[in-house]
Amino acid sequence: MTAMRKITPSEDATGTTPVLRVSVWRGTAEGGAYEEFEVPQQDNQTILDVVSWIQQYADPTLTYRFACRVGMCGSCAMMVNGKPRWTCRTHVKKVTEGGALTIAPLRNLPVIKDLAADMDPFFDKWVKAGGHHHPSASRHDPMPVITSETPGRVEANAGIECINCSVCYASCDTVAGNPDYLGPAALQRAWTLYNDAKEADREAVLDRVSGAGGCHNCHSQGSCTLYCPNELDPLSAIAGLKRASAKRFFKGGR
Amino acid sequence: MLDMRLYMAQRLSAMAMGPFVLVHIAVMIYAIQGGLSASEILSRTQGSVFWFLFYGLFVVAAGLHGAIGLRVIAHEMLGLKGWSLGAITWGFGIGVIYMGARAVMAVTGL
Ligand code: SF4
Ligand code: SF4
Ligand code: FES
Repeated sequence: MTAMRKITPSEDATGTTPVLRVSVWRGTAEGGAYEEFEVPQQDNQTILDVVSWIQQYADPTLTYRFACRVGMCGSCAMMVNGKPRWTCRTHVKKVTEGGALTIAPLRNLPVIKDLAADMDPFFDKWVKAGGHHHPSASRHDPMPVITSETPGRVEANAGIECINCSVCYASCDTVAGNPDYLGPAALQRAWTLYNDAKEADREAVLDRVSGAGGCHNCHSQGSCTLYCPNELDPLSAIAGLKRASAKRFFKGGR
Repeated sequence: MLDMRLYMAQRLSAMAMGPFVLVHIAVMIYAIQGGLSASEILSRTQGSVFWFLFYGLFVVAAGLHGAIGLRVIAHEMLGLKGWSLGAITWGFGIGVIYMGARAVMAVTGL
């Protein structure tokens, strides 16, 4: 970042610095278009560096979102050459196609402005799928001991590192076709709760994911698992929910 | 668009159709290789409760399975919902079962 800030646009016009051709989506929910920028190329450069360079040196009105820059906060995801990426940890060299980049707001979400997508529907579904913990004991009860080897804990642990970046949600064609579908991240969260021994009502978790927008709509093609930058596996979590709900259906007819 | 009940109906109908398809193909190959004519085949199926149940259940499973699958496609690809989505689901399912039932009755004479 420090090295990059020293470069001004006039330098790259002399031809000394290789230049990236970057198309950036500009606009609001009402509509917009791609705008072209030329950005000096660096040896080490992330997509977020490119976007920040544009905002700092070419057009200060460019709107985008980031916070941590180290892959923790989940706020910087965008579509890069048509694929959803966490931009702060996506290296330009790995994703450019012939020196060109196309950067757009996340798919499957409304646009606020330019590269900032409105994450509300994503989080609303998180809540709808019952994403918060329902305690089974109070602070006055003794703490149950659950080792990390317990099978349920192993299942839950596989999904808890989610950073809510919505990359999986943007990659999911079922979300694209069915706006009510809860989506991979919210369902994966439900699966971690279902496997949590401290969750008060695990049956209620299954109820919440078995409605018209629930886990049974997943087509199991696994874009979510392919694109999740944290290498989580929502596809398998959703398969787990389907299995658990089918088992319950045969047992109790629900 | 798939809740628990539709999902189970689709999975169970798929499970039922697996053996139906295999037996159907096996019997076709057997009948053709044995050189049976259409009327000889019909003479064996007419009045048979077994073949009536076999193909009757096959038709019901196919109607259910196809209608639910089509419902998903119509919703996700064409954006249909509510009344029109219900109409296409029920219309297709009943249509397939009606046509299939006519064929089953003609073949078994029941
Ligand atoms: S596997 Fe399921 S949740 Fe994941 S992208 Fe495909 S349809 Fe969406
Ligand atoms: S599952 Fe992965 S891709 Fe989806 S929101 Fe969580 S971290 Fe992001
Ligand atoms: S800025 Fe926090 S994850 Fe990218």
